[in-house]
Amino acid sequence: MRFVDEFRDGALGQKVAAQILGLVDPGRHYKVMEVCGGHTHSIYRYGVDDLLPANVELVHGPGCPVCVIPMGRVDDGIAIASEPGVIFTCFGDMLRVPGSHGTLLDAKARGADVRMVYSPLDALRIAKAEPDRPVVFFAIGFETTAPSTALTLMRARAEGVENFSCMCNHVTIVPPLRALLDSPDLRLDGFIGPGHVSTVVGARPFTFIPADYGRPVVIAGFEPLDILQAIHMILAQLAEGRCEVENQYKRVVPYEGNRRALAAMAEVFALRPHFEWRGLGFISQSALRLSDAYADLDAERRFSVPGVRVADPKACQCGEVLKGVIKPWECKVFGTACTPEHAIGTCMVSPEGACAAYYNYGRFVTSSGGPNL
Amino acid sequence: MRTGGRNANSREERILGIIETARAKRPRFKDERITMAHGAGGKATQTLIEGLLAPAFGIDELADAAVVGEIALTTDSFVVKPLRFPGGSIGELAVNGTVNDLAVGGARPLALSLALILEEGLDATVLREEVEAMTAAADAAGVRIVTGDTKVVERGHADGMYVCTTGVGMRDPRAALAPGAVRPGDRILVSGSIGEHGTAIMLARGDLGLAADIESDTRSLWPAVDAMLGPGVRCLRDATRGGVASVLNEIARAAGVAMSVRERDVPVLPAVAGAAELLGIDPMYVANEGKLVAFVAPEAADAILAALRAVDGCERAAEIGEVKAEPPGMVLVETAFGGRRVMDQLVGDPLPRIC
Repeated sequence: MRFVDEFRDGALGQKVAAQILGLVDPGRHYKVMEVCGGHTHSIYRYGVDDLLPANVELVHGPGCPVCVIPMGRVDDGIAIASEPGVIFTCFGDMLRVPGSHGTLLDAKARGADVRMVYSPLDALRIAKAEPDRPVVFFAIGFETTAPSTALTLMRARAEGVENFSCMCNHVTIVPPLRALLDSPDLRLDGFIGPGHVSTVVGARPFTFIPADYGRPVVIAGFEPLDILQAIHMILAQLAEGRCEVENQYKRVVPYEGNRRALAAMAEVFALRPHFEWRGLGFISQSALRLSDAYADLDAERRFSVPGVRVADPKACQCGEVLKGVIKPWECKVFGTACTPEHAIGTCMVSPEGACAAYYNYGRFVTSSGGPNL
Repeated sequence: MRTGGRNANSREERILGIIETARAKRPRFKDERITMAHGAGGKATQTLIEGLLAPAFGIDELADAAVVGEIALTTDSFVVKPLRFPGGSIGELAVNGTVNDLAVGGARPLALSLALILEEGLDATVLREEVEAMTAAADAAGVRIVTGDTKVVERGHADGMYVCTTGVGMRDPRAALAPGAVRPGDRILVSGSIGEHGTAIMLARGDLGLAADIESDTRSLWPAVDAMLGPGVRCLRDATRGGVASVLNEIARAAGVAMSVRERDVPVLPAVAGAAELLGIDPMYVANEGKLVAFVAPEAADAILAALRAVDGCERAAEIGEVKAEPPGMVLVETAFGGRRVMDQLVGDPLPRIC
């Protein structure tokens, strides 16, 4: 594939890897967090960490928007999906995330009309095709997907599609990062910044990380060479004693972000005072609800949902795993109460999460998820 | 472990031991309801079969076809939507799918039975076309449809038509095929480019807004098997639901070996690679209806590959990897980028990712 294969060139990868080896201090252990679930996927898919020196460790961040949705919200979604007549739509990977009584796929097996869509506009199209049935879109994602939800709601309003509504679970990237950085036991040396989120919000929102916390950030694309180059740039900053936000993904990310997308979000959404993250607990101002102007399209107002908070078991230590403080097997519930079949925390829910990878591949996995042979 | 965790850490070892014991156990079927995942060919399907069906019927070794004396027997049902798609239709699949289960079992396909479940209101033209498709596919595969059954269900069921076929074949004297025969050093072959059937179906459903010239690869695999059979062929599987990745995992588990796959040697058509890229899925997990995976002795690999490539439709056959001893039960991929990863079994259908 043109314009894709160029970024997956193994020979170039080996060259960057050799340069990285030249940058690292052999006596130091480096921990770099990739914030975004998309990066985690690429690292895993291409085995990027195999090209890194043994003392450079990648730590998977909280950036999988599917895995951080808490059980209570999944339960609320299932409650709406189970209402008579409702067509419940969401993205594919949300279907398998467990609530306290199973997943949306289980709800579908019990008779709920749950449909996978690729875009919120597909959900709106279903609503127009079936005007007699309430159609609900379960919105998830960071600032990456929030603009498309916003534009869909604006269109639903403009076209008067009255049977369409949205259960909003959009989250924002900066508050969880700040929560991680605020913890006294943080052991991270730098961050691979989220490329897709940054296409919307730009690079500026991440300047607090070097300014307030003294950690470098490099916003990166999602091809394996992008990620390897970003790691090189972070290690170069550390080696040279610099600390700033750099943009590896200039071909897509403008410094100021996408102003029209931000304007659409500002119109349709408002900040929630707080939101619960699976495994991380409550984080202030970390999620979006529909703004008052769009309250009539809010599924949480149209339907009565249980709204019951299902607490993560106290023993869940996802936060510590994410911060790199403990290894998956050091968590109290790992492998006993928390398994891929019955996941508790975000690190086990995501198949690429640190705990799921460690559970599945055990002795053959490196700390950062790839096979170690 | 490269981060130094291997030092005598007894707690870690104990926890890994518990997990490995749990994973090695025969899966138990504990689900409250059947979900679509149980039909997707991955872990959930395996749990259903190994945890409920096989023990109930006293079946020890699971195979595509059962051998009773010199006769091989297999059965399959077809519920594809839409009924017609680029490169084939449900009728053609129903013949080739069952023929292929016999073929990879090392049996020459002889005859099929056919059961039709038809939806009230089905257009007779559609039915006629499918009957023609079955006749043509049976002729091409050299089998006869010799008996059958017909049922009609009320409107709203059966998506137009469901088809079940049962096949009988004669065990080929050259065949000594079993998963247990696969051993370290064996080579892994595929009979052509992969992922076409599943991709063609996804695009034909029309809800992705994508169009591409991708056709289902449905065809009889008997000519390919016939060309390959001999002492060097240890085991054959057709890579249907769950794709090549699921076959490799199944055989790795059954034979207690590891699989090492070279990603750059796996043949994938550019259009399939492009569609998979857009949809966020891996062609290794996508269904085929006319591709087999062969595990062959290293000294015979080149000759078998050459014989395979001479068969019509198998021109792109390739050696994609090697069987290893360690770690047993796992499939590892050398990525084209130069890294490695574990290619695990799917839990259910491959779902597109948002993040």
